[in-house]
Amino acid sequence: MNLPIFPPEDSPGSNFPELLERLGHTLPVPEGGMSQEFDTHATTIVAATYADGVLMASDRRATRGHSISDRTIEKVHPADKYSGISISGSAAFGMEMIRTFQLTLEHYEKIEGKHLSMEGKANQLSGLIRSNLGMAMQGFAVAPIFAGFDLNRGVGRIFAYDVLGGRSEKDDFHADGSGSITAGPVIKVGWKPGMSKEEVIELAVSGLYEAADDDAATGGPDVVRGIYPMVATITADGYHRVPDDEVAERFNALIARKTEQGHRP
Amino acid sequence: MSMSGFYVAPEQLMKDKADYARKGIARGRSLVALQYTDGILLAAENPSRTLHKISEIYDRIAFAGVGKFNEFDQLRQAGVRHADVKGYTYSREDVDARSLANAYAQTIGQVFTHEMKPLEIEILVAEVGLTIAGDQLYHILYDGTVMDEQGFSVLGGEAEAIAERLEESYEADMSFAAALAAAVNALNGDAEGDDRLIAEELEVAVLERTTGRRTFRRISHAELQPLVESPEEPEAEAPAEPTAKKDDKPEA
Repeated sequence: MNLPIFPPEDSPGSNFPELLERLGHTLPVPEGGMSQEFDTHATTIVAATYADGVLMASDRRATRGHSISDRTIEKVHPADKYSGISISGSAAFGMEMIRTFQLTLEHYEKIEGKHLSMEGKANQLSGLIRSNLGMAMQGFAVAPIFAGFDLNRGVGRIFAYDVLGGRSEKDDFHADGSGSITAGPVIKVGWKPGMSKEEVIELAVSGLYEAADDDAATGGPDVVRGIYPMVATITADGYHRVPDDEVAERFNALIARKTEQGHRP
Repeated sequence: MSMSGFYVAPEQLMKDKADYARKGIARGRSLVALQYTDGILLAAENPSRTLHKISEIYDRIAFAGVGKFNEFDQLRQAGVRHADVKGYTYSREDVDARSLANAYAQTIGQVFTHEMKPLEIEILVAEVGLTIAGDQLYHILYDGTVMDEQGFSVLGGEAEAIAERLEESYEADMSFAAALAAAVNALNGDAEGDDRLIAEELEVAVLERTTGRRTFRRISHAELQPLVESPEEPEAEAPAEPTAKKDDKPEA
């Protein structure tokens, strides 16, 4: 493989997506529509700020039309040490966007010798979503949530995006995906500023449980297989995935409570 | 290439270019890389805190350069681009120092032969293996020559003298502190007292054989201070026992 050297006046700088484009590694947008049944969809994602930073969580189901195509998909990923990205919408383009975003941040850091600011990262993601616009208009939209711990301000921050790349910052929480019409209100009602880690995990667990209950495309706790929604926290110590057994415990406790109460449809 | 009309033998052209490049490199400061127990250590005399001679290319690969800064920094950036694009289009495991070293050699050799002015640089591409046996050091010269080196590699102005000193003090499987002492002593040469290098004049980084994905770590001046300024006697047989502990905090 050749060494990509560019003259200074024509260099992509530290912009990884532009580098890919210049080297001919981006896919052209096909013309004509495609049935969405061919596209794998990923669903409910949530994020909420709390005392130590921010929490991100998602369900584990991917669907293709009416079928479940994946029971263990992970929709929340670290973007870099202090931030995370989760995707809803088209799974293929969503996962690709996560990968490109991770590389974009790391590439910048290596070329420039320092990290991007939180704003800079949020802006980069807007750009990536916008470059997916061709696909979005064909029905393969991706809507991510970007969240992280801002080392300068010492707080967790959440950025919500629409499918066109429009960005808005949320002080409190955000939910996206087909199950967000349920998860959103559940978290809204339970959220308060400065929650503890236990409280915010409990809230996320509730939101995802209720979303799975109402939305066919969102996966709830699968006690038979031991597959549960995933939860991650991002604090001054960085991105950490909450261990599966801890998440399982919360779900099992919730299920036990509801069973006892006689939870009826 | 335009000439005034007089014939110049190709050998003469190449020799002139080689002399030009060597002179440019000899003006600059030196750099050493050596294998130690937990990875590869890279150390350079560098008074600048911000303009780096040693940098991360990829998960297990580092770059180091001597000579004209803008020239080797451009190569550094090209190396990062090569690695990130290759890792993206194939996978992270497929990125290796050998293919990068070859790509560098081609580019540098091309410039040497076909451009008016050769690059006044010498570079090193290092890759840390899962064990010492897997470590790689590729030393690339101004004319595109690649040398695959074992144990240690020296770049820059006084390379021969420094290599001789390192030959005496280097041992396979040294601790970090011993390796650092050997490197700094070699870079110091005959300098005594106040002429000896202090922590602020050194740029040091390691590729650590850790379980983490990214193995590159810069060693801060604060970490270097106790190891560099405390008098480590240069010994031919056994390096002095390290008294200070290496800081294990991962880089943010």
